[in-house]
Amino acid sequence: MKARITVTLKNGVLDPQGKAIEGALGTLGFENVGGVRQGKIFDVELAHDDKAKAETDLQAMCEALLANTVIENYAIEIR
Amino acid sequence: MKTAVILLPGLNRDRDMIAALTKVSGRAPTTIWQTETNIPSDIELIVIPGGFSYGDYLRCGAIAARMPVMQAVAERAKTGTRIMGVCNGFQILLETGLLPGALMRNANLNFVCREVELEVANAKTAFSSGYEQGQVIRCPVAHHDGNYFADEETLARLKGEDRVVFRYANGTNPNGSVDNIAGIVNSTGNILGMMPHPENLIEPAHGGDHGRGIFESALNIALA
Repeated sequence: MKARITVTLKNGVLDPQGKAIEGALGTLGFENVGGVRQGKIFDVELAHDDKAKAETDLQAMCEALLANTVIENYAIEIR
Repeated sequence: MKTAVILLPGLNRDRDMIAALTKVSGRAPTTIWQTETNIPSDIELIVIPGGFSYGDYLRCGAIAARMPVMQAVAERAKTGTRIMGVCNGFQILLETGLLPGALMRNANLNFVCREVELEVANAKTAFSSGYEQGQVIRCPVAHHDGNYFADEETLARLKGEDRVVFRYANGTNPNGSVDNIAGIVNSTGNILGMMPHPENLIEPAHGGDHGRGIFESALNIALA
């Protein structure tokens, strides 16, 4: 079973890298960019096909390591 | 006072920290590898030095914070043992949850390696009693992710409880840290996290000794 975890910065957390990317897009002539926030994607392969167990395990992984919940949100998508 | 330095792969300021602790305390610190689950009971000051543990992979300090030795550090923290994290050590303490907030990429996106000025915002802590309240000291910084962030509630609590120990002074904030925060303590005052490197300014050969007071305070040998 495969899953994708997306980690993004919470609203209100300054994202200097996103700001720099936004500026670079402007420099390239993309004038209609209202904002850019940078995040992370983790593709995780699980050694079983139990969807309920996968959801529980993946959430525990996010809380324990993959996201810093002080500054980040996470979303789990099981494929 | 007996001291210990935590060792993790990728740290690179451990030797500087060992030298500083040896010079100021008069005896070499015990070194404790990341897989250790026991910290000798006579250790009274545990230091987590700077560097790039685990290559800063995932988030700075994130993987180091999950190593067995940090469980042991957290246990000792509860008993009041003094714990100090410098630079990557500060990031690791935040990732373990022993201190509140997070350290983000520097606001100007640059790695900064220079000297800054620090105001001693609280000279009553176990780590700053060797300084005068409001004293401004010189201190080197070298980091890419030192931009301190905490939500409004946490910041209000830090300020209300007088837990900001050091602030970047005179316009020298090198990283965009909120409220110029350079170093904080936990609610019980026995854990300090700071981005600047006091271990690199403890004797004339370093070009000054303004950082020495932090070690003298933590080791109970401060004169002030």
